[in-house]
Amino acid sequence: MSESSATDLKSSVRRCGLVFLAVACTTAMMISASFSHIGGWPVKVAAILAVAVVNAFLVAGFLMHLLTEKKMIFTVLLFTVIFFAGLLGLTLWAMQDFPVGTTH
Amino acid sequence: MDIPYTIEARPDTGLYNAKLGIWLFLASEVMLFGGLFSAYVLLRVGAPEGFWPHGWLSVTLGTVNTLLLALSAITTLLAWVACKVGEFRKFKFFHACTLLLALSFLCVKSYEYHDKWIHYEIHLKDGRIADGHLVEQNDQEVVLDGRIIDGNQEQLLYDLRAQKNIPDNEVRLERDNILKMENYGPRHNTFTAIYFTMTGLHALHIMGGCVVIGYLWGPGSRMWKTDRQRFTNRIEVSGLFWHFVDLVWIFLFPVLYLT
Repeated sequence: MSESSATDLKSSVRRCGLVFLAVACTTAMMISASFSHIGGWPVKVAAILAVAVVNAFLVAGFLMHLLTEKKMIFTVLLFTVIFFAGLLGLTLWAMQDFPVGTTH
Repeated sequence: MDIPYTIEARPDTGLYNAKLGIWLFLASEVMLFGGLFSAYVLLRVGAPEGFWPHGWLSVTLGTVNTLLLALSAITTLLAWVACKVGEFRKFKFFHACTLLLALSFLCVKSYEYHDKWIHYEIHLKDGRIADGHLVEQNDQEVVLDGRIIDGNQEQLLYDLRAQKNIPDNEVRLERDNILKMENYGPRHNTFTAIYFTMTGLHALHIMGGCVVIGYLWGPGSRMWKTDRQRFTNRIEVSGLFWHFVDLVWIFLFPVLYLT
């Protein structure tokens, strides 16, 4: 192995170590938010999901190299986000549309 | 005939074909899991107040699995970097680590499934409810490690996190007194149904990933000698799939275990 490739591997190991540490920290934050008594259930869920989004950003951005990807992949992902938002939107819309007497 | 653009990027997309292909596949996977997450939201919000389970799943085991999967995502990336820098032995090491971590994840998941499978809720003819893990059963009696509550206290069974200090005892029940006996399998309630569906589908993805990673680690690695760049691209593509599987778990863990 050449000296530069050995350095590449070492720097990747170091970067990956930091990402793993960050993922472990965000996981710990989610757990502590889950067991805390601050705020009601909606606040707690919002906080936990916000930390999960940060966790997902770490994996997608650094491990999947999304931060430095080509435009084509972002185009694909843009359509995915639009359809995914539509999917969740329809679900939320449906929740307001139950016939009377069919929910608890 | 050579397949075009397996190594070099297509001029119009700027990517080699397999990479664009895996991203399109992952987009479809987002919609697949997105549908299930939507179903979860619908079930969760539609559940009556106080009747959605809390503390049914072990946060410790979920955390262990989160860390196992995160570590496997790291090792699969390092396997790709090792290929990029021409270190085949290090690639073998890191990919073997990924495989072992993935199998460890599946072992923990199996243990969790087994725990639910031997956990029973038994309705007695006198209206009381017994709940606990099955110790033994025969034609005359059923023995649980758990507790008995009155029928009108059923809500107590849903928030286990709030009552974790209540000790379990040996509960002996005569068969003749049992009205209904059901384990915490997928048909127990909407929570277990969506839990087994989502984690089961995720586990199937882990298994599929294991097959691909195992192939690329074993017989598929012969390509390293004939077409190094194409092999490296295969490792990248399989790695992207693996990171996606990790991403799904990043949301499954808080949604199912923590909220």
